[in-house]
Formats: sequence, C-alpha cells, structure tokens
Amino acid sequence: MKFKTSLAGWALVAGCTIAGTAAAAPPTPEMISFACAGCHGTNGGSAGLTMPSLASQSKASIVDAMKKFKSGERPSTVMGRLAKGYNDAEFAAMGEFFSKQKFHPTTQVVDAAKAKKGADLQEANCSRCHLDDGKDGKDDTPVMASQWLEYLKMQAELYDSGKRKMPKDMADKWNKLSKEDREALLHFYASVK
Amino acid sequence: MTLDRRSFIKVLGGASGLALAGCATQGGSGAAAPAPAIGKTQEILPKGSARRVVVVGGGYGGAIAAKYVRMLDKSIEVVMVERNRQFISCPFSNFYIAGITKDMNSITIGYDKLAANHGVKMVYAEVTLIDPAAKKVITTEGTLAYDRLIVSPGIDFRSEEIEGYDAKAQEAFPHAWKAGHQSTLLRNQLQAMKDGGTVIISMPLTPYRCPPGPYERSCLIAGYLKKHKPKSKLILLDANPDVVSKKPLFTKAWTTYYKDNFQYVGGKKVTQVNVAGKSVSIEGIEDFKGDVFNVIPPQRAADIAVKSGLVGEDKRWCPVDVVSFESRRHKDVHVIGDAAIAGAMPKSGYSANSQAKVCAINVVNLMNGKPTVDISGINVCYSAVSEHESVSIAAVYTVKDGAIIAVPNSGGISPADFSLTKAEHAYGESWLRNILTEMST
Ligand SMILES: Cc1cc2nc3c(=O)[nH]c(=O)nc-3n(C[C@H](O)[C@H](O)[C@H](O)COP(=O)(O)OP(=O)(O)OC[C@H]3O[C@@H](n4cnc5c(N)ncnc54)[C@H](O)[C@@H]3O)c2cc1C
Ligand code: HEC
Ligand code: HEC
Repeated sequence: MKFKTSLAGWALVAGCTIAGTAAAAPPTPEMISFACAGCHGTNGGSAGLTMPSLASQSKASIVDAMKKFKSGERPSTVMGRLAKGYNDAEFAAMGEFFSKQKFHPTTQVVDAAKAKKGADLQEANCSRCHLDDGKDGKDDTPVMASQWLEYLKMQAELYDSGKRKMPKDMADKWNKLSKEDREALLHFYASVK
Repeated sequence: MTLDRRSFIKVLGGASGLALAGCATQGGSGAAAPAPAIGKTQEILPKGSARRVVVVGGGYGGAIAAKYVRMLDKSIEVVMVERNRQFISCPFSNFYIAGITKDMNSITIGYDKLAANHGVKMVYAEVTLIDPAAKKVITTEGTLAYDRLIVSPGIDFRSEEIEGYDAKAQEAFPHAWKAGHQSTLLRNQLQAMKDGGTVIISMPLTPYRCPPGPYERSCLIAGYLKKHKPKSKLILLDANPDVVSKKPLFTKAWTTYYKDNFQYVGGKKVTQVNVAGKSVSIEGIEDFKGDVFNVIPPQRAADIAVKSGLVGEDKRWCPVDVVSFESRRHKDVHVIGDAAIAGAMPKSGYSANSQAKVCAINVVNLMNGKPTVDISGINVCYSAVSEHESVSIAAVYTVKDGAIIAVPNSGGISPADFSLTKAEHAYGESWLRNILTEMST
C-alpha cells in the first residue's frame, strides 16, 4: 500500500509537532458565549422546557442577570456558580453576543383562555417595561415572548417566595394581582411569537 | 512562520537521528508507526477546490465540531464520518438501565437535520486509519482527503487488564459504558434478577469517562431495587480509594435514601471476572459473589486514536495543544472529547461539547490565517441521586501557563442540603434536550 511509506517517514517527526505555542488572542464574544449553548441551546435558542432562551435578550438584561447571579442577589441553581467564573468584560461580551441573535420563537402548549386574559393584563400592568407583548424590554428588562412557560413558572415561584427580588415598580403591579392573573400573564408571554 | 511539512520531511530525509534528537525535548520519540489498515482505497467525495475539514466521530464532540465549523465559515467543506446512523447518548442512559425510562428514544438522535441545516456531509463508515502524512483518512467505504482533521472518537476499554473479561464475558457482565446494546443487557439482567439478589457494580481508577457516572448509576439502581426488589442489595466496588466526584452529595444520597440496600467499598480494583462462578476478584485476594454484575473496565482513547499514533507516552490518551486542540503527535489533526488530555476539564459530554467549539473556532482561524483565540470553556454534569432529584457540578475553564485550569473561586457542587434537587432535576432534563438538539439540528 502506497501510503505506508509516507506514514513511516512521518512517524519520525510526528512527536515534534510544533504548532500551538504561539501566543493566542484573548477570548472573543463567540468563544465565551458558545460554551453557554450546551444548556441554553445553539445561539441561546432553548429547546428544553425549563431552560430559558437567551437569544435576542438585550445586552443590559444579560449583564444585569449575570451580575446578580454572581453576587447572589438573584437566587439560582447553577448560574451563580458559573457567573463567578467571569468578569464584567466577559459579561459584556456575552450580552453583546446574545443580543445579536435572532429571536427564538417556541411552540408550546398554553391554555388559550389564560393567554387571552393575560394579554389584557399585560397591556394594563406590565407593558411599561415588558414592551411590545414582551418581545422587547425596557433597559435591563428581559424578553418574555416565547419564553418557556415552565421556566417562567419556576421564576414566578421564586418571586412569590421572596427569594428573588423584583424591581419595585414591578412589585407594585405584581403584588396586586391574584395568583390566577399572574399565571394568565405567563401563559400569554409563552404564547407570543 | 510554519514550515511546510512535506519539505520538512524531505529535509529530514534519511536523517532520522536528527529528527529523534529534535523530539527529545518534548519527551517523545515519535509516534508508533500505525498498523496496516483494512479499508477501501478508492476515494469517496473527491476533494474539489474548497478547503475541507473531516470530522471523525459524530458524538458529543464530533457533531458539534462539524456544525460549528460550518456556522463559522460556510466556505469550508465539512465531512463527518460516523460508524452508526443513530447516536445513543450515555448521559441519561442510567435512567433506562434502572427501568425509569421505558426505551432509549429520548436519548437517540440522527444526523439528517444537522446535515440539511448546516451542509455537513455525512459518511457512515468505520475509520480504519488516519494517514497524517497524506492528509487522508481510510474508511471501510473508501478514503477521504482533508486539510484539517478533527477526531472525537470517545473511548475504548483496557479489558486486557481484567482477566477473563473477553467479548463473551462483556455480554454476561455488561459494562454499559457505551450506550445501546450494552445498556439493554444490564437493564434486562436487573429486571430478570429475583428479589433477594445481589448486584455488583465495579468501577476503574481515574481517569475514565464521566467521573460521577458510576455513582449516579448506583443511586438509580439502588432506587430501582428499593422499589421493585426490596430484599436485594447493591455493592459498588470502587478501584479508587475514595469517591472521586461530588462526594458529599452522593454520600448523602447513599446514607439517607439507600442505607438499607447499598454499600460503597473503596479501594477495590477488580482484576478478574469469573462468569461461571458469578464472582469478581480483587487482585486475587478477595472475591465478591453476586447475581448481576456491571463491570466498568479501565479506559483509554478509542482504537482509532491508538492505531493512528495519536496517543502519548502513556499509550492511553491524546496530548493536545490547549488552545487549538491540535495533536502533539500529528500536525493538522485535532483531538477533542474523552480521547484528549484536556487539563482540568473532565471527560464528559459537556466538556466534549465545549472543546468542540473551542476547536472549531481555532481550526477556522488557522485555516484563514488568523491568530488563535484562548479557550473559555464550561463543564456542568447533572447527576440523578434518585428518580426525581438531581445534583450538579459546574466549572468555567481558562488557560494559564499553557494549561487548562478551572477559574479559581468559581464553580463547585450543588448545596448538600438537597434544597435544589427537584429544580435541578428539571434543569437537567432540559440540559439533555438542548445538548442533543445542538448535536442533531
Ligand atoms: C453512564 C454514563 C453517563 C454519562 N452521563 C453524562 C452526563 O450526565 N453529562 C455529561 O456531560 N457526560 C456524561 N457522560 C460522558 C459522555 O458520554 C462522554 O464524555 C461523551 O460521550 C464524550 O464525547 P466524545 O465525542 O469524546 O465521544 P462519544 O460521544 O462517545 O462519540 C464518539 C463517536 O465516535 C464514533 N467512532 C469512534 N470510533 C470511530 C471510528 N473508528 N469510525 C467511525 N466512527 C467512530 C462512535 O461511534 C461515537 O459516535 C456519561 C457517560 C456514561 C457512560
Ligand atoms: C448547566 C446549564 C447552564 C449553563 C452551562 C449556563 N446556564 Fe444560564 N441558566 C441555567 C439555568 C438552570 C438558569 C435558571 C437560573 C438557575 O437556576 O441557575 C439559567 C439562567 C440564565 C439567565 C437568566 C435568563 C432570564 O431570562 O432571566 C441568563 C442571562 C443566563 N442563564 C446566561 C448564561 C450564560 C451567559 C451562560 C454561559 C456563560 C450560561 N447561562 C450557561 C443553566 C445554564
Ligand atoms: C418597572 C418595570 C417592570 C414592570 C412594570 C414589570 N416588570 Fe417584570 N421585570 C422587570 C425587570 C427589570 C425584570 C428583570 C429583573 C429581575 O427580576 O431581576 C423583570 C422580570 C420579570 C420576570 C422574570 C423573567 C425571567 O426571564 O426570569 C417575570 C416573570 C416578570 N418580570 C413578570 C412581570 C409581570 C407579569 C408584570 C406585570 C404584572 C411585570 N413583570 C411588570 C421590569 C418590570
């Protein structure tokens, strides 16, 4: 076989491979953010029912969430441990990356009646910050449209138990609503495409 | 400046002494000459003008590397060679083994969408040899030329270190450390065992694929026995002197949920199996008798990596550059996943996924004459401690002084009070869905 001779020749120098010791550039936004996709989905579009999508979140909302995870101000299962591995510049790089990704619409089972009721409640109570049916957010307000219902319910529980703190103006609205109304709102957000 | 490899060989022509002397500083005397390959010699998919990356293995590392090279640069052709049309995931296979999930559908993926969405060309074949001098791989379907090669072939077993653990014994005492047929064998044996029986799991010294995997398996099997065969018991024989992963968490699960039917024994290295006598032996000194055996043997990089001279001095794992994952044995060949020596990153599916992206970025940079970029990686492993509860270990990785290290003061394991186990169980299921979707779409 012809290739065998060339292989034998190569074997002599094989141990000497010289590549890779040259100085490398510091991590880029892609280098930092691709690693998140194993949990959050490619480019931050999640396929897992409880895992939030990050695609198209604003830079401010990603950075704000990461800082709060790191300090412990926002409770988490795993994000706090991960956030401690990064600095502010890296948070900015993640925000940069995910804010540029296309909105990730999801198809999920929601209760149509609840979603309809939620649409009205959103308009009256939440639209000041959760803009455009939750497709956009003011400042550090996260995108809610198409977010996974199961994830939103878990976060709502954290708000209700007082473990996760909400912005004061959000609390004013949230606390006045019944449990059913809050749930209707989550069904609405999950249904928006 | 890089020296053109062909002229490099020519320059060295006959002066092998010189070449070997040059290697001494790296501690290697050159890779062993590969064994002759069985394979077809005609070329499949002859290479056109486009630059080409070939990927060997479509598992946790390979499928992601193939996809991300295409995402980063559509002008590079990517061909992925995988022996199986369907990939069955080891992560979550323990649920199937322990009878919690009824089949393997939720852990099985195909490659059609990955190929269609990203233009990855699939070749279903066994790679029988890598020829780094000719820059081609030899497969059972023919040869494939490449400009750069990414190898993510996973592991094979050092079964020779366990006396009697031949192919037949592996059916009788399954390892179930590659998912599929082996997982079904173990599951069926557990279900067929009569109540009152003893199950024995044995596990090797580190490093092996998935450090917490055997402990997770012990929890799920103990849970199965507790529920369905309450008079039975489970013994875990660990070759390591002590629990090597998430110790406080597994210890808590064992002592609270499974204290009546489970026993952990450290420092017991199985060196012999006796299928007829239904026992395993610890270095000829001590025997353990049982009814169902799960023997997880010591491991090494998969056969193709060994045959192609990609393994290092230890003959087991592949030394790589920590930025590009380029092999320290063969130029233009990159090794990722379980087969690679990746510093602090454990041999896990998440690590393989993260390394694949680091590798893809730097392969594309190298092919485009751009500087490589330092690694920023993640590993998180969820482990079930019961049917409805999971814990995790997490870390962020960076490079320091030429080595991959975990970023200090970050990462760690879940709280030991099990206050988050239900939530993490839900997140763990979503992790699986997302990582398998990443690989298959
Ligand atoms: C029971 C168990 C539970 C686990 N749980 C977790 C978990 O919860 N989380 C986690 O992160 N990790 C987990 N792991 C570890 C995880 O499975 C591995 O780390 C991961 O699969 C490594 O990826 P890889 O690409 O290196 O190899 P693999 O995923 O094994 O992929 C290798 C691929 O290469 C192909 N291949 C090999 N040789 C050839 C050849 N010569 N020609 C053609 N194709 C070839 C194989 O068919 C295979 O598809 C678990 C492992 C086990 C055993
Ligand atoms: C192991 C899986 C995992 C990995 C890896 C991971 N995340 Fe998360 N992420 C989660 C989970 C789970 C949550 C919910 C909070 C919690 O319990 O930790 C979350 C929540 C978030 C949120 C809040 C979303 C919202 O709508 O409020 C952001 C932002 C986020 N993650 C960013 C990241 C970034 C950036 C990375 C990569 C550096 C990353 N995550 C890596 C699992 C993960
Ligand atoms: C004053 C602005 C404001 C108003 C009004 C507001 N929100 Fe928010 N909301 C925010 C911000 C900012 C965040 C993220 C900050 C945080 O909680 O850490 C957020 C987060 C959330 C989240 C968690 C999302 C996630 O991805 O984790 C939910 C759920 C939510 N809001 C629901 C509501 C509902 C329902 C209303 C109306 C009753 C409402 N909000 C009104 C600003 C607002």
